[in-house]
Amino acid sequence: MNAVTLALLTPLVTAVLCLLFLRSLPLQRFFGVAGMVVLLGVSFRLMAEVGGGHIEVVRFGNWPAPFGIVLVVDLLAAIMVLVSAIIGLAVAVYSLADVDARRVRYGYYAFLHFMMFGVCGAFLTGDIFNMFVWFEVMLISSFVLMCLGGEKPQMEGAVKYVVLNLISSSFFLAACGILYGQTGTLNMADLAVTAREMRPELLTMTAMLFLVAFGLKAAIFPLFFWLPASYHTPPVAVSAVFAGLLTKVGVYALMRVFTLIFTNDILLTHGLLLGLAGFTMVTGVLGAMVQFDFRRLLSFHIVSQIGYMVLGLALFTPLAIAGTVFYLFHHIVVKANLFLVSGITQRYGGSFDLKKLGGFYAAAPLVALLFFIPAMSLGGIPPLSGFFAKFAIVKAGLVDETIFGAWAPFLSAVALAVGLLTLFSMTKIWAEVFWKPAPEGHAPHRSNVPRGERWLLLAPVAALAGLTLTIGLFPQFFFDFAVRSAEQLLHPEIYINAVLGGTT
Amino acid sequence: MNSIILATVSRLLTGLLLVFSVFLLLRGHNLPGGGFSGGLVAASAFVLASFASGFPAARRLLVVPPRVIMGFGLVVALVAGLAGNVAGYPFLTGLWDTTLFPVVGKLGTPLFFDVGVYFAVLGVTTLIVFSLGEDSEEED
Repeated sequence: MNAVTLALLTPLVTAVLCLLFLRSLPLQRFFGVAGMVVLLGVSFRLMAEVGGGHIEVVRFGNWPAPFGIVLVVDLLAAIMVLVSAIIGLAVAVYSLADVDARRVRYGYYAFLHFMMFGVCGAFLTGDIFNMFVWFEVMLISSFVLMCLGGEKPQMEGAVKYVVLNLISSSFFLAACGILYGQTGTLNMADLAVTAREMRPELLTMTAMLFLVAFGLKAAIFPLFFWLPASYHTPPVAVSAVFAGLLTKVGVYALMRVFTLIFTNDILLTHGLLLGLAGFTMVTGVLGAMVQFDFRRLLSFHIVSQIGYMVLGLALFTPLAIAGTVFYLFHHIVVKANLFLVSGITQRYGGSFDLKKLGGFYAAAPLVALLFFIPAMSLGGIPPLSGFFAKFAIVKAGLVDETIFGAWAPFLSAVALAVGLLTLFSMTKIWAEVFWKPAPEGHAPHRSNVPRGERWLLLAPVAALAGLTLTIGLFPQFFFDFAVRSAEQLLHPEIYINAVLGGTT
Repeated sequence: MNSIILATVSRLLTGLLLVFSVFLLLRGHNLPGGGFSGGLVAASAFVLASFASGFPAARRLLVVPPRVIMGFGLVVALVAGLAGNVAGYPFLTGLWDTTLFPVVGKLGTPLFFDVGVYFAVLGVTTLIVFSLGEDSEEED
């Protein structure tokens, strides 16, 4: 069996096993973690198969493209599956200590794996309607994870999350319908060919529908407001995996359609993306500055960072796209890591409120170090991964010839200013949580968490921080992948030939 | 609900609906029907029974807890999909036997996949309806 099928079957089988052994907590926890380990192994194999630049196509049910559903693995898809598996494993281990027995009994691990199933499927599919289905698999599982436990604030967050995502899904569905009505195909490679014969204004309108649908999921301006309203409500492990993966699936979908299908009127579509990217970066970071809840602050930063990725996509030069791919990789790791750290400080200090936390630098220097690495990486401090991610995108705006004229360097300047404000936010957390003396009656204590659990919380955080450090110290190795992936994305004919080559 | 009319009719209808659901399941390959609608009709039989004679009775009628039915359905569908892999084709490739059987027609892995879907849908739907209908703390 090939790695592509395995990447989908592993989470599915794990989820089914978790469902069948719902009563046994140890078995569920074992399957929950073991499934992620296997998925990680499979995704490394996938990466090895397509790392050389070859695009792998699997025809489910052996129906030829463009009639059947194909799974297409190019470098971008393989990278995304690999990072998802890394985050999945980190979160599954962290959940051992963070997610209570009641939630596990109600199927936490089963739904975590169903969600991974949806996420991997959305990355691997080569069919636009199939992508809609994978989005639904992912979203419905995420709805359950969001509500699981049924605490009041969770429900409040879940209502906003569910409603906005359902609206986005209906836009997605409508857009698929219009594309199918106009071209008679849903295969993305085939669409890339046939869409060129569509009436240009109709194609642009469809592109806008996709922009709204994916923009809502990716939380770009002005459709981001559901994210900071909901991501701080579920257990930390859940918000970490949401923060790391879900919005990035939206960004991935944007990258896919706006490099493959909607490239007829770049000045309009990508120009719009460019403007939205600027607003997304600025509103996100400004929103974060006034927050004093650890996770709400980080949530606003997700929005702001999404802006950078969209900016890279909008600039549409090889360097910018490579920067976006690198940014995706870096951001998923760093953001999930920061959310996991917020969980540790909450367990030690008893609160998510920055004002009620303090004194961690003295009480838990290891936690301070583990926060410092991803936080400085997010702010873009040189030896860490965030610096190279920002550097590539900013440089692309300043140096590359784009069709946006003076706007590109202007947005690079905005990106730099937003980077500075991000650093400000991170130092605010640092000053409040780590340097400030602990407020009266809120002294953090390691002993608030049993020793065994402490290691389960710290190990995934340390591993992710180590990964951030590795990316930062050996950026060339990782950036090479991003560059090759950008080459594939900017030459859609490679993708089209890989999918349709055998049949047309 | 304590209605003698409903209780009497439901006893008849439950069996009828279950037979109809199997009919839908089998004709589904080339005609409207299939595992999904068959599963829904089967679930509606149990929902009707629960309205007529209460949830505990409907659970007894179902014998196996809904969650297990759901898991069983997923496993069957998975195995049917994997049969394609075993034969050396991609996942989900349909394999067909050429002999004709009475009632069922040709046998093939897509039928087993549909049977899996049938049970998964039956399990999910009854799980949802029973959980919503019952006030009890413990699920299944």
